[in-house]
Amino acid sequence: MALLEVNDLTVKFYTGEGVVTAVDGLDYRIERGEKFGIVGESGAGKSVTALSLLRLIENPGQIERGEIIFKGQNLLEMTDEEVRRVRGNEMAMIFQDAQSALNPVYTVGDQIAEAIRHHMDLPDSEVRERTIQLLDSVGIPEPETRYSDYPHQFSGGMQQRVIIAMALSCDPDLIIADEPTTALDVTIEAKILDLLENLAEEFDTAIQLITHDLGVIAEVCDRVMVMYAGKPVEKATVEELYYDPKHPYTVGLMSAIPRVGERSHRLQTIPGTMPDLVELPSGCSFHPRCPYAEEACTRTQPPLLDPETGEPLTGSGVERGAACLEYSGELVRGLDFQVTVDDVLGDEADAIGDVDVATTEGELDD
Amino acid sequence: MGFRRFILKRLLAVVPILFGVSIITFALVYLTPGDPVDLMVGMNPHVSAADRARIRADLGLDAPVYVQYYRWMINGLQGDFGIVYASNREVSEIIVTRLPETVALGIFGWVFALLIAIPTGIYAAVNKDRAGDHVSRFIALFGISIPNFWLGLMLILVFALWLDWWSVLAPREPLYSTSMLWYLILPGVTIGTAASAILMRIMRSSMAEEMNKDYVTAARAKGLPERTVILKHVLRNSLISVTTVAAFLTAGILAGSVVVEVVFNWPGLGRELVNAVVGREVNLILAITLFTGIALVIANLLADIAYAVLDPRIRYD
Repeated sequence: MALLEVNDLTVKFYTGEGVVTAVDGLDYRIERGEKFGIVGESGAGKSVTALSLLRLIENPGQIERGEIIFKGQNLLEMTDEEVRRVRGNEMAMIFQDAQSALNPVYTVGDQIAEAIRHHMDLPDSEVRERTIQLLDSVGIPEPETRYSDYPHQFSGGMQQRVIIAMALSCDPDLIIADEPTTALDVTIEAKILDLLENLAEEFDTAIQLITHDLGVIAEVCDRVMVMYAGKPVEKATVEELYYDPKHPYTVGLMSAIPRVGERSHRLQTIPGTMPDLVELPSGCSFHPRCPYAEEACTRTQPPLLDPETGEPLTGSGVERGAACLEYSGELVRGLDFQVTVDDVLGDEADAIGDVDVATTEGELDD
Repeated sequence: MGFRRFILKRLLAVVPILFGVSIITFALVYLTPGDPVDLMVGMNPHVSAADRARIRADLGLDAPVYVQYYRWMINGLQGDFGIVYASNREVSEIIVTRLPETVALGIFGWVFALLIAIPTGIYAAVNKDRAGDHVSRFIALFGISIPNFWLGLMLILVFALWLDWWSVLAPREPLYSTSMLWYLILPGVTIGTAASAILMRIMRSSMAEEMNKDYVTAARAKGLPERTVILKHVLRNSLISVTTVAAFLTAGILAGSVVVEVVFNWPGLGRELVNAVVGREVNLILAITLFTGIALVIANLLADIAYAVLDPRIRYD
């Protein structure tokens, strides 16, 4: 049995401008100890997915339907009391902006100890002990004295370490990391990602890593789901996604990664912006930005399809799928891109070479 | 920087502020039109110009203004604020008997304001845009709009005359006797209502703003019950902005005491001030204005300390 199974999750926001379907029929699963990535631009529904898992969606948002089965129990059918026992205890969250996720008026020690005191039946001295150990294990020097410091006395990277300690405080089975390194600079980003990986290994914790950065996914994750406008557009293992992307959106994201040694002076971008979720375009939500869009794309929204057979795929068990009409054979001209792999970083064992995606049908940044 | 040093620094800062307050007070009264000697002798034709000059010299009014201020300040530091011309009583004696009455009234008004405003503000923020929020907004609008003299009269009409819960004239007992607490209620409510209404609205808006912050979601994600999230995490942060207006509301309460003490015949400094102004008792006006200023400085100091207790970021600046 998978640790987490999400079936047909649909979340809507009832705003003044109209109903926004932030997450639309999402299926995925995470095994114990697995590192699962969710990638997409801002507005793709990644954070809403994260908050839904802890049932933290607030008015005017609402989880419309679906199942969130965590350790065999449907979170959406639990009482508030039961959900609170899961939150912070079995499933914890790491927030994007550590500075705003820490309460400025309480010491960091107090904020970590709070969850331990709440979920674990420990005497005060042991709660303190455990908190200091956590601070130590996330790499905060002099944890005993830092315990009584306030968040504003920490740097951004140190604050994010505190947030990670907070998430780990009760030995959760799953950590939802929502853009954990977006607010940090690159050198600290690498350190934090390493830390997260090592600790997840050590505590045998599964991670759902949410990011807009494919590089971060490559470093940490085993499997990936690419989201666009609230829907999954591609699911694959990290290797498959990098060496053999199937969806034009994934290809666009990939070519938007700047590479060392590249001669082009312009950063590749995907033209246009994420559509207004109140009024999604007809057919495939991505077609207005897709360089390969054809007439069929404006009519039909494809489900996830098996790229080999073109069979529609449903359920959380899908390993490989892409939501593009190409695979049901409805595209006349087909997808015209090639992936070339330059193995410039050859000697680094875990580095996924240098993937270059070339498109022949016009530059993506036109 | 530790908490103790912070308080020490603030206390030291009070000294020059009080000095400034005394200068401004003295200057304001000095610049008020009307000559004290003229007021004393009036249009009496039997007082010659020489007599006037003598009285002026006796009172020290012929000296330059800075000398007059210096004398007044030195005497004031020794507890001597001169006499009331009409009754020959010492001003300091009046201050000593009247000041506690006004302070008691002000504190009661504040306690009443806080007791009503904080819980209602929390309730309104938690139930934002629901019926309870609208009702509390409506009541707060009333509280802010009603003039305190009218509210005082209405309270007397309803509770003293119709319901007979209080006698219209409060029996005078020493302030520390517990029965006086009962007689503080009507004037205290009158003086605290406007402050309470303003505080409640500020409490509501700062609480509602804090509730949208990430640390609240983070606290919920830890599995804490909503009660702890609101009363531990949100409340302390929202009280920070409430403290910012506390000193300004204290000024309102002190100003209100003038009217309320007259309406309720409360023997405090406010009522004394009205009499002093009517009788042109310069010494008394000076002393009362000075003590009102000092009260505000102390209120500001307390607000500063409360601010630092609530928000650790202040202490380390």
